Amino acid sequence: MFLGSKHATAHYETNMSTQFSTLDSDKTSLTAWIWRLLMALSAVGLIAFYSDILDGYEVSIIILTAIGMAWLGQGWPGYRWHTVAVAVFSLIAVSIYGSELGRADTSFWLNYLLASQSAFMWMSALFVMATVTYFGGLIFHSEFTEKVASFLTWAATTMGMIGLMVRWRESYLLGADIGHIPVSNLYEVFILFAVVTALLYLFYERRYQTRSLGGFVLLVISAAVAFQLWYTFDRQAHEIEPLVPALQSYWMKIHVPANFIGYGAFAMAAMIGVAYLLVDRQTGNASVSRWVQKMPSLALMDDLMYKTIALGFAFFTLATILGALWAAEAWGGYWSWDPKETWALIVWLNYAAWLHMRMTKGWHGGPMAWWAIVGLFVTLFAFLGVNMFLSGLHSYGTL
Amino acid sequence: MSQSKDAQLPHRSFAWRVFHFLGSMEFAITMLITLAIASVIGTVLQQNQPYPDYVIKFGPYWFEVFEALGLYDVYSALWFLAILTLLVVSTTVCVIRHTPTMFKDMFNLRTNVQHKSLRSMHHHAHWHQPGTLSDNTNLIRDRLASLGFRTRITEKGDERLVSAMRGGMNRLGYILTHVAIIVICVGGLMDSNLPLKIAEWQGRLEIETRNLPLSQIPKESRLAVGPQAFRGSVSIPEGRAASVAYLPMRDGYLVQNLPFTIEVKEFRIEHYPTGQPKSFESDLVIYDPDLEKPLEQTIAVNHPLIHKGYAIYQASFGDGGSELTINAWPLFAGQSEPAELETKVFETRQMLWGDREMQLEVTGFRPFNINPDPTEDDPKNVRNFGPSIQFKLRRETGEALEFENYMYPVERDGRDFLLSGVRGSPSEEFAYLYLPADEHGTVEGFIQFLHALHDDDSVAEVAAEMKDETLVSLQSEQDSVLGDSLQRTLETLMAMFVRGGFDEVRDFIEQSLPEAERETLAPAYLAMLREMLGRIYFNSLDLGAEETVSEAQLLFLQDAIDAVGTLPRYGSPVYLSLVDYNHIESTGLQIARSPGKNVVYLGCAFLIAGVFLLFYLPQRRFWAWLSRDGEQTRIDLAGMTNRNPREFDDYFEKIHSQLQSSERNSAAD
Repeated sequence: MFLGSKHATAHYETNMSTQFSTLDSDKTSLTAWIWRLLMALSAVGLIAFYSDILDGYEVSIIILTAIGMAWLGQGWPGYRWHTVAVAVFSLIAVSIYGSELGRADTSFWLNYLLASQSAFMWMSALFVMATVTYFGGLIFHSEFTEKVASFLTWAATTMGMIGLMVRWRESYLLGADIGHIPVSNLYEVFILFAVVTALLYLFYERRYQTRSLGGFVLLVISAAVAFQLWYTFDRQAHEIEPLVPALQSYWMKIHVPANFIGYGAFAMAAMIGVAYLLVDRQTGNASVSRWVQKMPSLALMDDLMYKTIALGFAFFTLATILGALWAAEAWGGYWSWDPKETWALIVWLNYAAWLHMRMTKGWHGGPMAWWAIVGLFVTLFAFLGVNMFLSGLHSYGTL
Repeated sequence: MSQSKDAQLPHRSFAWRVFHFLGSMEFAITMLITLAIASVIGTVLQQNQPYPDYVIKFGPYWFEVFEALGLYDVYSALWFLAILTLLVVSTTVCVIRHTPTMFKDMFNLRTNVQHKSLRSMHHHAHWHQPGTLSDNTNLIRDRLASLGFRTRITEKGDERLVSAMRGGMNRLGYILTHVAIIVICVGGLMDSNLPLKIAEWQGRLEIETRNLPLSQIPKESRLAVGPQAFRGSVSIPEGRAASVAYLPMRDGYLVQNLPFTIEVKEFRIEHYPTGQPKSFESDLVIYDPDLEKPLEQTIAVNHPLIHKGYAIYQASFGDGGSELTINAWPLFAGQSEPAELETKVFETRQMLWGDREMQLEVTGFRPFNINPDPTEDDPKNVRNFGPSIQFKLRRETGEALEFENYMYPVERDGRDFLLSGVRGSPSEEFAYLYLPADEHGTVEGFIQFLHALHDDDSVAEVAAEMKDETLVSLQSEQDSVLGDSLQRTLETLMAMFVRGGFDEVRDFIEQSLPEAERETLAPAYLAMLREMLGRIYFNSLDLGAEETVSEAQLLFLQDAIDAVGTLPRYGSPVYLSLVDYNHIESTGLQIARSPGKNVVYLGCAFLIAGVFLLFYLPQRRFWAWLSRDGEQTRIDLAGMTNRNPREFDDYFEKIHSQLQSSERNSAAD
């Protein structure tokens, strides 16, 4: 056995116990209650403010979102700060915009920071910087560097989320009938993917008290960012387009984000799989690389891989079912064997098989890591390949 | 889901072994992966396309092989259904075999554990407490109960066992997820077209492949109103009604009768300022004998109408036979007046234009064409090009050219043109003929000019005029041989130009003139031809003595000459110009009845509930074994979980310390 893993395990255990003891302290619970109250008030405020344009479904979506955010933030200070920052900066951007889209070019703050395009550029830069910094911390065994990387990841996620919020507003400034939630085409969901994957990673980073996996997970986000930049500059994909009639539905607001929790989790699992295999190769060697010493134990990575795939599977199931409900309303049937639907089924079957092997056959380690990586390619095809190579009803995200 | 002792296998009956095999994990995983791989086929090969397309793609041999394999509708092919059935069977066997155990595990507090086995568990601890055995037993029970555990106290001789469990519903998660798969597949089967296939094999149904009017479709291809599932479509023009839906079946269709009539009042498309469609809506009226008065409702994409379990969706739209008034302007000799023609979209009629007989097939009409503006660089700048008609002209040989004519002139380089696109097959791009519009924006000016070019008399007149002028300039007015030859040459040049454009003129020059003279004569010939064309045009203008030709007229002449030059490649003896129209749209409705829908949704609800229970509600068990040890009570605590062993380490410690401290507190009381 190599030292690194033991060290990491011990480290993790002490942290977990301190976490448990602080969770029940009065201060934490007071903060949690304030947070829950804030979410409740925000939901009520939103619903009251927009009461004349929201329908019953949208009100339910707001309430469920508030409950979800209240639950996420109650024991997760980072998420609370993130949410507050997103809210404050988005509101600032909205107020600078007023009712004039042209301010994006004339206002200093919008032009360099808060207009959706600027925010996305910041997000892209910060994600790439975070990736490099995480690997730096890993190679040089620097806790401080890794903390900086975490901070950069939070900053990138926050900028991405601000960008999405502001873009939502910008779409309404283009025309009241054009406005829509920015999850309607490939460009927008790529940002969603980066943000969701980063949030998932940050959640587990705190849970497991290990930052060593950051570089690996952020590698896939950086790849998404690279694609995103090419898509912006080569294809001018960033322009806000009005929604085609088939997408004008409240279902989009839940189907798409649920799907991307799934995609994000699967991507993260695959990157942990990569880390697992790299570490596994050196395990047992007389001398292991410096960075490997810093990696968490194989058992922890294996466990985390299972956790993220389980999470992804749960949300992917939910998303696919929501998609079926939507299809029943838009296309005249809950299931049409449309290529996108079929590939969603293939992804689902693949991970169902993975989970069965893991849960009942007790498979773990290398083969499961390889399978998780293969799973990412299957997922990637369902997400991108179908839009690029196959034709069908789901042609909103064409390249 | 089985890890049963395989060693027992040989002693079991064959049926048991089959049952065991069907419920085995290996079989289930194999089925999951097989289904995944089989599903890929239908995404790679486009499904339910017209059969001739497949023949073209694969050739006759492979077409038949693939047809036999059911690859054109994979998801209802027998072998595919067989895979699905096996998956359902495997899941069912699994559920049957494991549900009793799961139920037991859900409620069983495992009070029959041994003291010894508790101490050998991975998570265990022990400590001593003051107080009596029964007090301590109750304390532990109460404490665990207050933490949300179900508890039970068992007397073990002199000793006591407190068994506790949380999250027993995790086991329900197993049952729910697996039952969900069965329920969803049963629901899906209820909505499948399997009954239709069976009826077809039994010969009770026959798929219709011909394109027949509704009244002529035979009884064998019609389905009566009933409780069965179907998914079909129908296209209804505005102002018309229908009470059937067409179900696509392989290379043909079936007709499903509906218990009501759907009338379409109006179909509307709204557009965004950018030109993209914003909404598709149809105003429907449902006439149903069971209704007191007709039901009026507007449907739109994402907003179907559901009546008596029949869901009516806005699926597509098309032309519903728009009425068109068309002027056929002759491009052939001898005529300059247009022939007026009343027709409809999708109408076919025989025409005689000049000496050519052709079949006119009107294929489409568009009231507006919002296309990228060719005069701007940015393709996002769009412009409305006005109404257009699409039609085919079919020769007696069966070949057809496809045309697309715009009603209003389109501006290019500051001049107005009437556009007519032509192509030989749908895979080609349209090549456009640009006819210069006259000052009234019509094609009439051009047709007059063309008519004059076709008119031998006017050509001869201009040729004579030019011949005379040439002879005067050469001072050989008396040379009749030269004069005749010149006259003939001029007339021939014009005839060739009108017949074959500049190309034919150039070919003539290359073939008939000796090479030595070609250099000098060719430009002269072309200049003479242009001069003639100009004169014919100017003559038609009837200019007064003082008047000079305007810039616009010169440009018109230039454009007209270019157009005449391209006419030989146009392929139509007439130019059809749209004069008036009455746009009639038809709405494409998808009509579906899915009695299995709620079953599927129930299965989906099971699945979601099951998955979350399975992953996020760990089943946690604790046992506390209390025994007397002198004045004190010895407590052996053990715990186990079926999920997240990593987090259970801390959870166990937490419970351990809480039980210990609660007893200290109460002991102090």
